[in-house]
Amino acid sequence: MNRLLITPIVRGVPRSSILNRVLRLALPVCVLSVLLLYPLAHMAAAAFKGAAGEFSLGPATRMLGSPLFLRALLHTFEIAATATILCLLLGLALAVLFNLAPFRGVQVLGRVVDTYLAFPSFLIALSLTFLYGNAGLVTALFARLFGADPHAASFLYGFWGVVLAEVTFYTPFVLRPLLAGFQSLDPAQIEMASSLGEKPWGVLRRIVLPALLPALLAGGSLCLLLTINEFGIMLVMGAKNVITLPVLIYSEAVQQFDYSGASVIALGNAMLSFGLFALYRTSLTGLSAGLAR
Amino acid sequence: MSMLVYRPCTRQVARLAALGLFGLIFGLPLAILLLAAVTGQWNGVLPTILTLRHVRALLGGDQGASLWHSIATGLAASLIAVLLGGGGALAARDLPAGFRRGLDALYFLPIALPSASIGLALLITFSQPPILLNGTVALVVMAHVVLITAYAYANTRAGIETLPAELEDVAGSLGASQWLALRSITLPLLAPYLLAAFALGFALSMGELGATIMLYPPQWVTAPVQVFALTDRGDIYAGAALGVALLACTFLVLLLLNRQKPRILRP
Repeated sequence: MNRLLITPIVRGVPRSSILNRVLRLALPVCVLSVLLLYPLAHMAAAAFKGAAGEFSLGPATRMLGSPLFLRALLHTFEIAATATILCLLLGLALAVLFNLAPFRGVQVLGRVVDTYLAFPSFLIALSLTFLYGNAGLVTALFARLFGADPHAASFLYGFWGVVLAEVTFYTPFVLRPLLAGFQSLDPAQIEMASSLGEKPWGVLRRIVLPALLPALLAGGSLCLLLTINEFGIMLVMGAKNVITLPVLIYSEAVQQFDYSGASVIALGNAMLSFGLFALYRTSLTGLSAGLAR
Repeated sequence: MSMLVYRPCTRQVARLAALGLFGLIFGLPLAILLLAAVTGQWNGVLPTILTLRHVRALLGGDQGASLWHSIATGLAASLIAVLLGGGGALAARDLPAGFRRGLDALYFLPIALPSASIGLALLITFSQPPILLNGTVALVVMAHVVLITAYAYANTRAGIETLPAELEDVAGSLGASQWLALRSITLPLLAPYLLAAFALGFALSMGELGATIMLYPPQWVTAPVQVFALTDRGDIYAGAALGVALLACTFLVLLLLNRQKPRILRP
């Protein structure tokens, strides 16, 4: 369609007024307010409620100062940061390998990655217990090959087990923007560099990595956000000594029936997430600006 | 794209390494889950006794019921989410940028929150007057709607961006009312995106655990909650079988709905 041809005809058409357009939004916004904003406000209020229902900073100070909360905060950060760094490294390695040797299945690969993103994370945790758990395949194989004690507790139920499950599940979230980032690279630039004598490693460092920086940032901050809020993996893995904030929310609310305490943790967790989400949105804007270039 | 490496031998190695790594990391867990679903006893490196007992259990009892609960919740929640998210995206399409950013923030808010805290917020709010929904199926569906609407909104927005901006104006200049233009031009062109939004919402709802476990009523245990309950009491092979069934149902729906590729209209 040619814009020049259409514009003069359209000029006379009355469009609905701003007021009219805002009114059309009223229904979805109202529904979302009841389903989301109202409950969140309620939860925020519950965080500042004493035993008799009065306003009180008691639950907040008690919870935020407790070693339980501080340990959970520390574990959340440690696990999320470690998993994100490993996801970025693995995602980058996979993306580079797939682009070193492009094959006809790349389109299929994209779809596989997309389907994988819709899978529930807790099933990864479950399947890893069959591989590395106390009676798992790899554990038994190691016991047979190297004579390791088959009854020793597996690493899976601690820090590294959770990290392994999160890396397995979240690497595709990094891989997808990275594959898209590779698409935005100009092959001529790379051919030019290598024909001028640049080694593959130099091309990677000086051309590919800078161009992938927005994708790395976007993928990394999404990954950090999702790993901080990850719950299913933690729950199914049952790692008792590395409790994170989402698990603490669950155990305070469902096992201790302490709704104000749980609300305080949920609020703290939400603050953390919002900061990261803002980071994700800004790097995404950077990514689309990079693609447009 | 020929990149970085030109020697065929090196390329072959890279290709094998990429596929091997990919298969090892993402394929192996799925394969082992399939194997565990038909395992009766597993004492050595590989299962010692294979059985179809856990697969048969899926047809009835708690496992079968939980699958049905998940499918029903998923269908209801993703339908509502498509209406809510798609409606919002359509209403937002000719708004000033400031309004649109505000709407984006509202719709994307649940993505930035841990699902357990969404569950907690709904549980606290609807366990006391004026609206009492504690122990109802509606509360589960509401939680799922809140969690998946963002994706329906994002998908519809992406679809709207592929449409030429003048399309409805042209219809209008030819005498069509706004409603007619929406119904006979915009919606049919957006249909693939709405379908994709429905499919994604269904898949996410089928696997939802964090919010559901905070507020599910005892008569409406969903499949993920049942998997957790089974594995938590040591019944790991039955849990694996239910997990595989959950994946199979999700995959089937994705496959059915994704057969239509988005038609992209280029100006």
